[in-house]
Amino acid sequence: MKPNFEQYKDIPGTTIFTIESAQKGFHLNQFCMSLRDAKNRERFLADGPAYLAEWDMTDEQKQAVIDRDFQRMLDLGGNVYFLSKIFAAEGLSYVQAVSTMTDMNPEEYQQMMINGGRNIEGWRSKKERGEA
Amino acid sequence: MAKIVAGIATSHVPAVGHAVDSGKTQDAYWKPMFDGYEFSKQWAKDNPADVAIIVYNDHASYFGMDIMPTFALGIADSFAICDEGYGPRPIPVVEGAPELATHLGASLIMDDFDMTILNALEVDHGLTVPMSLMYGSPEKWPTKVIPLPVNVVMNPQPSGERCLALGKAIKRAVEQFDGDLRVEVWGTGGMSHQIQGARAGLINLPWDIQFMDDLINQPEVLQYKPHLEYMIEAGSEGVELIMWLIMRGALGDKVNEVYRFNHVPASNTSVGHLILTPKED
Repeated sequence: MKPNFEQYKDIPGTTIFTIESAQKGFHLNQFCMSLRDAKNRERFLADGPAYLAEWDMTDEQKQAVIDRDFQRMLDLGGNVYFLSKIFAAEGLSYVQAVSTMTDMNPEEYQQMMINGGRNIEGWRSKKERGEA
Repeated sequence: MAKIVAGIATSHVPAVGHAVDSGKTQDAYWKPMFDGYEFSKQWAKDNPADVAIIVYNDHASYFGMDIMPTFALGIADSFAICDEGYGPRPIPVVEGAPELATHLGASLIMDDFDMTILNALEVDHGLTVPMSLMYGSPEKWPTKVIPLPVNVVMNPQPSGERCLALGKAIKRAVEQFDGDLRVEVWGTGGMSHQIQGARAGLINLPWDIQFMDDLINQPEVLQYKPHLEYMIEAGSEGVELIMWLIMRGALGDKVNEVYRFNHVPASNTSVGHLILTPKED
């Protein structure tokens, strides 16, 4: 069966992690895996650039990590479960970190969730939204 | 012979594990959700199982990107608890069921399911949060466990048809085991949630409820739902729900709905929970 990754690109505000992303983001994601070890978390938090220098990542990937720009990391092949190791190291919750990818601050985002979450109406298709 | 006596479906949100471990289950935010599992904890005591086959996904906790099995099976004596970045959860080690697990692994492979066999595995919140919800915080878990990790993180994930068929193969394998065991199959993950991108926080409760109805009443139709629809309607992480189809396939054609619960939100997620039993005609 011929893969069709294009079909996922019309979902607004969403980056689907595919086998292609997995290949492109391999070293970024493996760096994240290393943060499962408490000793590595300490070293990374003490000197991020020095820790990242040990990894075979692109300069763009390293800069996105330093900037804590999670959307950029997704664009460069990161997967959110891997990236969670970065914010977990800093003691942040999923809600706190995930909200940085939206146009809300963490408090507004948390309130949206308590109110029942983001309504899907208007969020099904980029074409529908005039974004494509 | 061994017998599948029930199927359990539940979401597996990491913050739920944290709430249990830090004694916050009675806080205003969490209480309504945990109250919804009180029935289930009592039901689990009244209907003890010898082994639970827990279908779940690893969240970059044990598997890195160096190896990404589509379907795997843990056949070890025991499974330690992963450090997911916050330190390991302070919960008992999960005891395996190697005799049934080796039978199951062999049977599934001979039935054309190319399982990856795990003699070593640490388990994460995908498996342990459902156990906390069903069993609370015991000194020792009441049930032995066969972990069945599924890749739902990297697209392409296995198809819905393949998941339902795997469930059916699990039923056949369990019934051919020479031993008098009560076995449950758990499908975990979901329901609607998205934890990345500008669309993060998506919840679609009407879709979730319809999914539950279809899972119970017409899994043969539901199996053909394309991954694209899960991703659009239930969020990029909502595709975890294909794991519920594995549980459903293991229960046979008709089921009794023993219990159903929905709650929004737990962290970023629409929580859904079912207890089903096979209907004997």
